[in-house]
Amino acid sequence: MHDILKLKNLNKKFGGVIATKNLTLSILNGELHAIIGPNGAGKTTLVSQIFGQIFPDSGQIFFQDMNVTQVSEYKKSRLGINRTFQITSVMKSLTVSENIQLATNTVQDNWFNFFKVSNNQDYIFKKIDFCLNQVGLEKAINQPVANLSHGDCRKLEIAMALASDAQLLLLDEPMAGLGPTETKEMIALLNKLKGQQTILLIEHDMDAVFALADRISVLVSGEIIATGDPDKIRRDSAVQSAYLGEM
Amino acid sequence: MDYTLLLIQVLNGLQLGVLLFLVASGLTLVFGILDFVNLAHGSIYMLGAFICASLTYILESYLLAVVFSLPIIGIIGYVFELFLARPLYTRDHLDHVLGTFGAILVIDTAAHLIWGPAGIAIPLPDYLDGQISIAENIEIPTFRLLIIAVGLTAAFGLLWLVNFTRLGMLIRAGASNRTMVAALGINIRSLFAIVFALGATLAGLAGMLIAPITEASLGMGNNIIITAFVVIIVGGIGSVKGAFVAALLIGLIDTLGRAFLDDLFKIFMSTTAAENSAPAISSMSIYLIMALILSFKPKGLFPPRLR
Amino acid sequence: MSFYLDLATRLCILAIAAVGLNLILGYGGMISFGHAAYLGIGAYAVGIPAHHWLYGGLDFLATTNGFMHITIAIVISGLFALLTGLICLKTKGVYFIMITMAFSQMAYYLFVSIEEYGGDDGLVINTRSEIPLISLDDPIQMFFVSFLSLIFFMWLIHLITKSNFGLILKGIKDNEARMISLGYNVYLHKLIAFVFSGIICGFAGVLLGNFMTFISPEMIDWARSGELMFMVILGGVATVMGPLFGAIVFIILEEILSSITIYWHLPFGLLLIAVVLFFKGGLSSLLSK
Repeated sequence: MHDILKLKNLNKKFGGVIATKNLTLSILNGELHAIIGPNGAGKTTLVSQIFGQIFPDSGQIFFQDMNVTQVSEYKKSRLGINRTFQITSVMKSLTVSENIQLATNTVQDNWFNFFKVSNNQDYIFKKIDFCLNQVGLEKAINQPVANLSHGDCRKLEIAMALASDAQLLLLDEPMAGLGPTETKEMIALLNKLKGQQTILLIEHDMDAVFALADRISVLVSGEIIATGDPDKIRRDSAVQSAYLGEM
Repeated sequence: MDYTLLLIQVLNGLQLGVLLFLVASGLTLVFGILDFVNLAHGSIYMLGAFICASLTYILESYLLAVVFSLPIIGIIGYVFELFLARPLYTRDHLDHVLGTFGAILVIDTAAHLIWGPAGIAIPLPDYLDGQISIAENIEIPTFRLLIIAVGLTAAFGLLWLVNFTRLGMLIRAGASNRTMVAALGINIRSLFAIVFALGATLAGLAGMLIAPITEASLGMGNNIIITAFVVIIVGGIGSVKGAFVAALLIGLIDTLGRAFLDDLFKIFMSTTAAENSAPAISSMSIYLIMALILSFKPKGLFPPRLR
Repeated sequence: MSFYLDLATRLCILAIAAVGLNLILGYGGMISFGHAAYLGIGAYAVGIPAHHWLYGGLDFLATTNGFMHITIAIVISGLFALLTGLICLKTKGVYFIMITMAFSQMAYYLFVSIEEYGGDDGLVINTRSEIPLISLDDPIQMFFVSFLSLIFFMWLIHLITKSNFGLILKGIKDNEARMISLGYNVYLHKLIAFVFSGIICGFAGVLLGNFMTFISPEMIDWARSGELMFMVILGGVATVMGPLFGAIVFIILEEILSSITIYWHLPFGLLLIAVVLFFKGGLSSLLSK
């Protein structure tokens, strides 16, 4: 299976506004594919459709050759698609390790064990350690998330994404709100993840995009106007005019 | 099929619907525009009834009592807004619920202290106490027609106000963008106070209209408030039009259900079974309708537009 | 002495109901303003069978067997929670509060409308549930049954909150959208918690019916639901002991205020308003612990 995610002729209108226009895109298995575009291009709507928060008016979405166009959000996640949010979205009232636990499949599959103490499983411990090590948060394991800095919360989100064993991971502006050092750390972290999972990266930070992406697609007014490797995109005249020299 | 009885019950249903609208409209405006959940709205309805009752005895005229009671209720509404609602606007809805719940306890107990545990009847003047023939053999109590007339006038008046006047425009603007309206120099505080007082006055009016029929009584507020919530949930929160449609719908279903459900049941049940089950089912009818409508339209018939 | 015993028994019963409500309100963030309905259902689950046993009619239902009463209470509470939960849980925030209130009111009117069981006036039964080896007619035994039940339910909640299910519930309360995106069927989890919560309150209702032997729709009045919420929120949400503390505070307040005046709801209401107004961040801030 070459394309892990295939979007075919997606269309979505809200009242008179066309948010997604005949969008076709294929994400290759194992690549890090970035989607860039000016504000209002329809990135959020696209993400929502991929995830099943909203459904397209027409068109299809295939995940691993399965038609998942009308599959609702929580079911999509169980199929192996996972995401992080533009605004950090973790469970602030819980600890770091509890957040990761919730992200693991084991808790999901064993919730009906009403009397099983949730942190008593060796497998989960190992997983939590592994994920936190990958992102450099192993010391924070029992910290309440409320005590974490913004950058560390972002790392936690990545750790949760790792814990979920997702095959397709969508990162929604992971660089948002990070200072220069933290951005460098995040880029290094994402580089480590490359190849372990297929990553769909939505980003504004061009340095990050060009440092990480195997391929880039440009979204303008709900349409993909160009797809290709970073050099090709850099040279594309349509993209340049859409961004008015931002690159 | 006794069409006379049906007509009378339809009119009763309209009457209930119209009263529900008067109560629900204030509730939905306050919730839709001020984003404030007021459980105590029913208590204001009750106060309207009691104040009108007292004034009727003092002034020896029901109509005069209504005329004077309305501004009193308006002032009570204003005071309520000032001291209880205003401090809570920035808070969570839960705080509104608990705070106004406390207010209900206070107002209900105060009413008990002032007016005693028994209800107070309001005598109607002779010219309102009679019947009117609206058709051959069909006589309707005059007062009930008056209630319907007053209620419909208030409904259209409110709809006109909200949709065709400057005040209404400010209200609608304030609903969708509070800060913008404030930035335009409009005094949001006054606007909100006016809306609140208006809602309270309508609820009080409803109380004054129903009291000659059912007496001013201590439990009346609590009975009506939940039904009013059902109305605004079904109608869509913030929508006056929705409140109107839902109020009439619920008024009719409740009234007709209580009147005719046992007859309906007798078609396919034994008489005793029908007579035993009908009161129970009809008492649940409006909630069943609410559940039904919510399962198809979770935000009500005329849902609020996104802010 | 018997006054304090009665007070303690009533405290235990209310605390059990508060424990039940805390499961969904405290741990799950679902603010139900209609939980008194389950107390009523549980009480009527004792009253109606006992009534038929004493006065005839509906032989299949007539019984004073305590286990039957408990079973009926659990089944009916569970069903009521399931059916109303299916609808309520599709809504959020204040809609949820209002709809739970509406359904509770529906239960109220339902019981009021049934003439045979006393309607408005309520149902008096002069017998209690029969449980082997125990006589609930004895106030001391009544107290111990209530007390031990309270301990049992507090322990049960403790287990649940330490379990996977409990963690998921806390996650849902914290960030529902995130939990959905992690793959949890949030609706189902909330529904399960909701039903469980209703059943616990239903059990409390069985004890209440036995304790009071006067069972009336007033038990379902939404002021009772408000009082339960008050207990849970003030006592400390999402803690095992919290509902007990809340019940203690409420009972003490009620006793003190009602000894001053029979119109004790007025100062209670003022107190509630004061707490809401002057508590930093409002009572809802207590909810997000």
